[in-house]
Amino acid sequence: MSRNVVIVGAGPAGLAAAAAALRAGARVTLLDAAESPGGQYHRMLPEAFAAERPGRLHHGWAAFDRARRHVLGHPRCTWLAETSVWSLERRDPGDARPPRVHLVHGPDGAGRDRSVLDPDALVLATGAHDRVLPFPGWDLPGVFTAGAAQALAKGERLAVGDEVLVAGSGPFLLPVAASLLEAGSRVRGVLEANPAATVLRGWGARPRELASQPGKAAELAGYTALLARHRVPYRTGRAVIAARGDGRVEEAVTARLRADWSVVPGTERAVPVDAVCVTHGFSPQLELPLAAGCALRDGPEDGTAFVDVDDDQRTTAPGVHAAGEITGVAGAPAARAEGLLAGWLAGGGSPDAPELRAVRRRRDQGRAFARRLAAAHPVGDGWKSWLTPRTVVCRCEETTYGALCRAADDPAGGSDRAVRLGTRAGLGPCQARICGPAVAALLGGRVTRTATPHHRPVAQPIRLGELARPPKEGTP
Amino acid sequence: MRVVVLGAGIVGAACARELARAGLAVTVLDRGGPAAATTAHGEGNVLVSDKGPGPELELARMSRRLWEEALAEAAGRSDADRVEWDPKGGIVVATTDAGARGLEEFAAGQRAAGVTVETLDAPGLAAAEPQVTRDFALAVHYPEDAQVQPVGAAAFLLGDALRAGAGLRTGVEVLGAVTRGGRITAVRTSAGTVEGDVFVNAAGPWSGAVAERLGAPVDVRPRRGEVLVTTPQPPTVFHKVYDADYVGAVGSGAEELQASAVVESTRAGTILLGSSRRRVGFDDRIRPEVLSVIAGKALRLFPRLAGVPVMRAYGGFRPYVPDHLPVIGPDPRLPGLWHATGHEGAGIGLSVGTGRVLADLLLGREPEIDAGPFRVDRPAVLFEGDDQ
Repeated sequence: MSRNVVIVGAGPAGLAAAAAALRAGARVTLLDAAESPGGQYHRMLPEAFAAERPGRLHHGWAAFDRARRHVLGHPRCTWLAETSVWSLERRDPGDARPPRVHLVHGPDGAGRDRSVLDPDALVLATGAHDRVLPFPGWDLPGVFTAGAAQALAKGERLAVGDEVLVAGSGPFLLPVAASLLEAGSRVRGVLEANPAATVLRGWGARPRELASQPGKAAELAGYTALLARHRVPYRTGRAVIAARGDGRVEEAVTARLRADWSVVPGTERAVPVDAVCVTHGFSPQLELPLAAGCALRDGPEDGTAFVDVDDDQRTTAPGVHAAGEITGVAGAPAARAEGLLAGWLAGGGSPDAPELRAVRRRRDQGRAFARRLAAAHPVGDGWKSWLTPRTVVCRCEETTYGALCRAADDPAGGSDRAVRLGTRAGLGPCQARICGPAVAALLGGRVTRTATPHHRPVAQPIRLGELARPPKEGTP
Repeated sequence: MRVVVLGAGIVGAACARELARAGLAVTVLDRGGPAAATTAHGEGNVLVSDKGPGPELELARMSRRLWEEALAEAAGRSDADRVEWDPKGGIVVATTDAGARGLEEFAAGQRAAGVTVETLDAPGLAAAEPQVTRDFALAVHYPEDAQVQPVGAAAFLLGDALRAGAGLRTGVEVLGAVTRGGRITAVRTSAGTVEGDVFVNAAGPWSGAVAERLGAPVDVRPRRGEVLVTTPQPPTVFHKVYDADYVGAVGSGAEELQASAVVESTRAGTILLGSSRRRVGFDDRIRPEVLSVIAGKALRLFPRLAGVPVMRAYGGFRPYVPDHLPVIGPDPRLPGLWHATGHEGAGIGLSVGTGRVLADLLLGREPEIDAGPFRVDRPAVLFEGDDQ
């Protein structure tokens, strides 16, 4: 009998995992919170917006479209759109099956149904969202995560502002700027916080590894040409360290940074803008891996972590594979390779299948790429010096940096948990998805670490009425 | 006299506060950080309503008075504000006739023992809790019930202890006892040996394990509980509102799931929904079916909350003793060892009274309540009534 594989997340990794698991002969349930597959990378326009050339803003559209049609049309595949995992229930000790998967179906607010799946194997491909560091004024309307700005531009063709600065660190700055230009914004500049020397050293260390990612290089060249055409300046060693305005962003304060991201005094400059897009890399969505019992490995910076996987994309939890950005931020090609491996093996495919060799090679190249990415675009500790005591660090609960410091310095306070409960940092509706890594970094070394900021046993909000009704067993 | 308190939860903090303020040299040890385990996983109950006449009610009433005294003494201090003391009162609602009969009898006993108990009629209940079900058999108001933010409360007590000269060492796990002439003179820990004249086992649900390592086991076991937290809401629930089954669930010793609705708001606007009781060892998995049962019971009391999103759930372990009474006093088997544990779900409220009783016994003062029922050498604590 064929294996039941449940795949959570239908971005590049999840979609590839589904294709490979189907190829291995498994029955696949693929689910995603969105209406259509693609994840953040291939965010599709809502059908109502049926645009003339939907692929214009998307890379590799044709290949993606083929994969999507193949998987969704496959007789052994069940596609569950607008479906979220709200809980993963670990088995008793000694039971080697993956956790039970508790789902809610349908758009929020409609009294969603619940169901429960008992897979033979589980592939987690939940991806990542923008990592944003707090700075004075980051909570003003008009400050967007780069991902949110790009989603608005790509998904709904909305420009976040007329005069926009794109700032932060990493190659993601470029596609975001490109999306904004396409949507009609004037981009005043793209600011990479790391100095050119760091970026060059990171990318230049092993040129062979970069050459193995020809798609990436061409993609980057395309963005660079686009920025040049629109005369958008790209500066390194500079960042938005504050946003100001009366009720919304009216100007951004930029400054030159040292390699550790501390500000070079006297280099602050006010730039009139009506929107700022910031990104400081990505935070993996770790609540489901944690709920499944997967071990994490620490990321390069304080407060960051990824799912620990072996050479076969297996996590430390029995029957649970992980693929894509939750194992390390390496971009879509690496995510696809990881997804193929995870899906094939989760579906019962042989680990010695000859075609896996090329997949593993691509995956390893992706991992090498991820290491270079991390080396070229580290987050310097100096960002903490941008904050003032009045800077909000948790937007949901409006916890200030000053309140956080006071709680951390209380000799009777002690643990990170006590600080969070006392200041409510990370306890609001976003459940520390935005502020968690930053708060963990700010508390690092100051208080006893007792908990990860990614622990969310209720992985998605669920209404009391939905929770009170019993679930249906099996696929709906 | 040098006192070493084992455990920096709220009970350990309350003991340290009383002993340090009495002039003793106090050191508090904790395996993790202060207030990081059971203390951080409760609702912050300071209740009289769920306690029938008897020693626990006496301890609860004394503790409630001590809470007010401690906070009055610290009025204006920011750490006192973080206790979030809220004397909101409790309302117990029976939705069945059988429940109403039980509640009526229970409340009459409490009234006779001096607890303020007010029966609410339908308009009275609707005025006190506009969102609560109209479909009820009996509702009773307990104005003396209060709530605190438990981690803030523990930090407040521990802060007082530190100000009075106590020391705190975290990340220190107790491994065993050093004895001389049959008396405990030191504990061996993961960070070396810590000497003292008196050792107070205040390790909550882990008290049983600590006592065993010290060579004087006590029957304190973990009893699991879960709480749901909603997204912040406009003011919706004004008291601690719970169904009359709660008292029965607290008093039960069953291993299987006991659940009853306990609903209340916090200062942050979230609504906390409890409660469950299971004996599953230290298994910390959150079970969806338990959360589902809690949600269902809460909706019986507050049907209009059906559309409110739950954004978080947390679970913790209560220190459970088979006869449901705290353990406070010296261990007759190992001179120098004292216990302050076994408060099950009531430790936040009972902490300050426990600290006072322990200090009185230790210093040879007469406690203001009879501490005999809390003594260590009773069958439920020393496994003599063991059913395992």
